[in-house]
Amino acid sequence: MTTPALRDLVIRHPGQLGKQPFLEVVDLKVHFPTDDGLVKSVDGLSFALDRGRTLGIVGESGSGKSVTSLAVMGLHTRPSSERTRPGAQLSGEIYLDGDELLSKTPEYVRSLRGKRMAMIFQDPLSAMNPYHTVGQQIIEAYRIHNPVNKKVARKHAIDMLGRVGIPEPSRRIESYPHQFSGGMRQRAMIAMSLSCDPDLLIADEPTTALDVTVQAQILDLIRDLQSEFNSSVVLITHDLGVVAELADDVLVMYAGRAMEYGSAEQLFNRPAHPYTWGLLGSIPRFDRVGAERLLAIKGTPPFHPRCGYAARNGGLSEDVRPELAPVEPGHTVACHLSPTEREQIWEHEIAPKL
Amino acid sequence: MRRLLWAVVLLIVLSMVTFSIFYLVPRLGGATPETLAARYVGRAATAETVHLTAEKLGLLDPVIVQYWHWLKGIFVGASYDYGSGVEHCPAPCLGYSFITKQPVWPELLDRAPVTISLVVGASIIWLIAGVSIGVISALRRGTVFDRGAMGVALAGVSLPIFFTGLVSLAFFSYRLGITAPGGTFVPFSQNPALWAYSLLLPWITLAFLFSAQYARLTRAGMLETMSEDYIRTARAKGLPERMVILKHALRGALTPVLTIFGLDVGLLLGGAILTEKTFSLNGLGKYAYDGIVSGDLPKILGVTLVAGFFVIMANLIVDLLYGVIDPRVRLE
Repeated sequence: MTTPALRDLVIRHPGQLGKQPFLEVVDLKVHFPTDDGLVKSVDGLSFALDRGRTLGIVGESGSGKSVTSLAVMGLHTRPSSERTRPGAQLSGEIYLDGDELLSKTPEYVRSLRGKRMAMIFQDPLSAMNPYHTVGQQIIEAYRIHNPVNKKVARKHAIDMLGRVGIPEPSRRIESYPHQFSGGMRQRAMIAMSLSCDPDLLIADEPTTALDVTVQAQILDLIRDLQSEFNSSVVLITHDLGVVAELADDVLVMYAGRAMEYGSAEQLFNRPAHPYTWGLLGSIPRFDRVGAERLLAIKGTPPFHPRCGYAARNGGLSEDVRPELAPVEPGHTVACHLSPTEREQIWEHEIAPKL
Repeated sequence: MRRLLWAVVLLIVLSMVTFSIFYLVPRLGGATPETLAARYVGRAATAETVHLTAEKLGLLDPVIVQYWHWLKGIFVGASYDYGSGVEHCPAPCLGYSFITKQPVWPELLDRAPVTISLVVGASIIWLIAGVSIGVISALRRGTVFDRGAMGVALAGVSLPIFFTGLVSLAFFSYRLGITAPGGTFVPFSQNPALWAYSLLLPWITLAFLFSAQYARLTRAGMLETMSEDYIRTARAKGLPERMVILKHALRGALTPVLTIFGLDVGLLLGGAILTEKTFSLNGLGKYAYDGIVSGDLPKILGVTLVAGFFVIMANLIVDLLYGVIDPRVRLE
């Protein structure tokens, strides 16, 4: 996927050829050397995201979603000669607004963090410093990138808290994270990450730790703020419901690789990969008894031992790992099954059961 | 306020327990009021005189009455009539040493500055040295610095002060002559520069012993907080690494350090016996040591109470500081 022509074909949408997307990840690899060997958390991942759009990255635990986002943010510990403990080995290219980040110095990437790209974490209680007030943490985030005095920064922080829907922001700015409820904390976290008006917002499971009733509010908030700030959003989740709610495009990850990549409309209406079928089938349905579930087979890459259709291509899956290939414009899938065969299975075996 | 009240209650309980021990221990050893009183009369005393003296000194009274007299002495003073004369002990009277013919309190007051000077100076040094070494070690885990520092720290914990103290005295004071010889003490009020000079070696020696422990504690705390989620958040905000460490990581790592610090300082203020003895400093520890050697119970009782007072106060202050450091334990 290194030849430009194929790259464009695979990761870009029609009409965008030649135009640089706002965020572009090309053949990203994040490997961790461990005592048990090399762990390939992300292994050749490519995707692109335009300004103002939302990309949902879906996958089960350990599929490399968070590792990908930390790589974009430059938050992995890189190997250094001084440490005996090896860090992450990164390769590939990450373009933010045309700027290749992996080749830049850590100091340069740091100056972008919080300003051009910001992140919301899964558990707002542990992600906020318990020793500082919510206000201090927002003010701090703002003042690193903006040369203003404390008073101005404070006013900005109150303004931000108000915008994410925290009542009495001028009073609550003095509160500590533990004095907030879970939903309020996540709102404060969002206020903090948006305080410098970033172009890219990475939300790593932003609603997983929250009460179901609060989840919808937070998703609404992210959507409203996104249109207000016109930022690009990478939404990492294992919840397809969340993806359906927010995402324009969807990337299905499994074992550090992309299984299927396309627009939300394509993925939900014409999913082409057996793994995606499994994910769709794993959504709990109350209106049905004994809903189909994902098989809990142990195992790491590749997918074929868990795939119910691997036998249909004469054992090819056991020897060769399928590359991403287009099925329709803007929709790619990594599967050996022929498009017609997949369509057949989807229409006759899967779709009726969903 | 409630904590303060508890501290006072604790102090009273401490005095009761200590007093009872000093009352009971000689009696368990077979002493009677008469044999105790025999110390205060001359050699040629008759049994009757001894009994009379014991009665006058209140040694025949039950322990509660004796404790009451002693407690009263703290507020109004006391006088001890031992037959051939009366010794006065003005308030606050923590006891009267019949061996040195001195009330205990003024002597304690006299010696406290030495111990306080020693402990305050040393604790500042070990806190700064220990915490900074611990932080650097944690950030450079596995490097030569880390291993070297932790090796030295192990040595610091293992080597007793009467070894390091004597070796450094022999080398720095007597061979090189760059530090004051043992037994020097200049009060701060007299000459601050000489004060620091005279205490420099005891400070460093004592601090060496303690900073080792603090370095290890800080290192462990830092390694723990550096893996917290909020450290990742701080980095995600774009904070420079220095600010991540100083503003976000260190604070969480300091809580256990603070606890130990309060205990250590409190304990040492009651007398850094080994250090004071090694450097011949006339502090509370040496006073207690002298009391133990000569079997002078009022002295030991006095120092024990002062030591207890310092430990209780130090813990009270630590408790209050917890609230400052960690808002989650702040009282509503």
